[in-house]
Amino acid sequence: MHISLSDYLMDIVQNSFEAGASHVQLTIQEGERMMICTVRDDGKGMDEATMRRALDPFYSEEGKHRGRRFGLGLPFLHQAVDACGGEFSLQSQVGEGTVVRFSFDMAHIDSPPIGDLAAALCFLLAHPASEDLKITRSLAGRSGYTLDRRELQDVLGELESSGSLSLLRRYVASQEAGLHSEYTE
Amino acid sequence: MAKMTLEELRSLRERVQADMQKRDIEGKDSRIIIGMGTCGIAAGAKETLDAFLAALDEHKLTNISVTQTGCMGLCYVEPTVEVIVPGMPNVIYGKVDRKTARKIVEEHLVARRLVTDHIFDRPAADIIKKDGGK
Repeated sequence: MHISLSDYLMDIVQNSFEAGASHVQLTIQEGERMMICTVRDDGKGMDEATMRRALDPFYSEEGKHRGRRFGLGLPFLHQAVDACGGEFSLQSQVGEGTVVRFSFDMAHIDSPPIGDLAAALCFLLAHPASEDLKITRSLAGRSGYTLDRRELQDVLGELESSGSLSLLRRYVASQEAGLHSEYTE
Repeated sequence: MAKMTLEELRSLRERVQADMQKRDIEGKDSRIIIGMGTCGIAAGAKETLDAFLAALDEHKLTNISVTQTGCMGLCYVEPTVEVIVPGMPNVIYGKVDRKTARKIVEEHLVARRLVTDHIFDRPAADIIKKDGGK
């Protein structure tokens, strides 16, 4: 199990990269109580049987590491959501893409803490397999901020050197901090 | 705290770049690769990566390639990190928490000494190719 909601997000969005998605949209809506996250990709998608197996903790796609049985990302998330009165849905179509939508009731005692969301979003943007990633974050119905990988790449160049990553990290942290100070004002 | 705009980010980038060009091309071709699979994340790889960035920033090492990869098959010693520095052996470090990440930057990258008590040599046998990935 992961410690924080940010860790779940990092794990789940990477599935989209691995499914060969070129466009990935992550939406994080934080309300008074509920935290609702949606990951939408245009990867290769799954059929009904594969979707069921994707929630099996001992299933992973053949081919990545043949003979190994693993693939804990979705089952972890499913279990964590289940434990704290949230909702989880998985929609997918072969050749079209996949939508994972889940929510956590943040007031529930078993809900994971949000964790370092700025770090998680920064590292997802910098992930070598992420092509076109758009992140929309809102807090209590306010518009919040958006992060667009292509736009950031245009400003920073490649998102691989330690120098660019440090700047990206500062930028994302300032968006997240700004969102919270707007909320408390 | 006001949100940084893309324009501010751009000018910050230009300032940093001008600064970089004044310095030697220290660190060029060095790479840090962090295992960011489910096992890595569960063991705190996000914090490890963050600690690397902070330590590299402090040492003004702006030229190191920092990337993420999946599971290296060493789930029992996550977070795992591969460090490639020209002229030194390629090393996979295991159990790299925040403190160890900082140590790797100070020892391996700056002082050019291996952090021997965290070396786990290579990925698990079924992850690397038959020829050892050569």
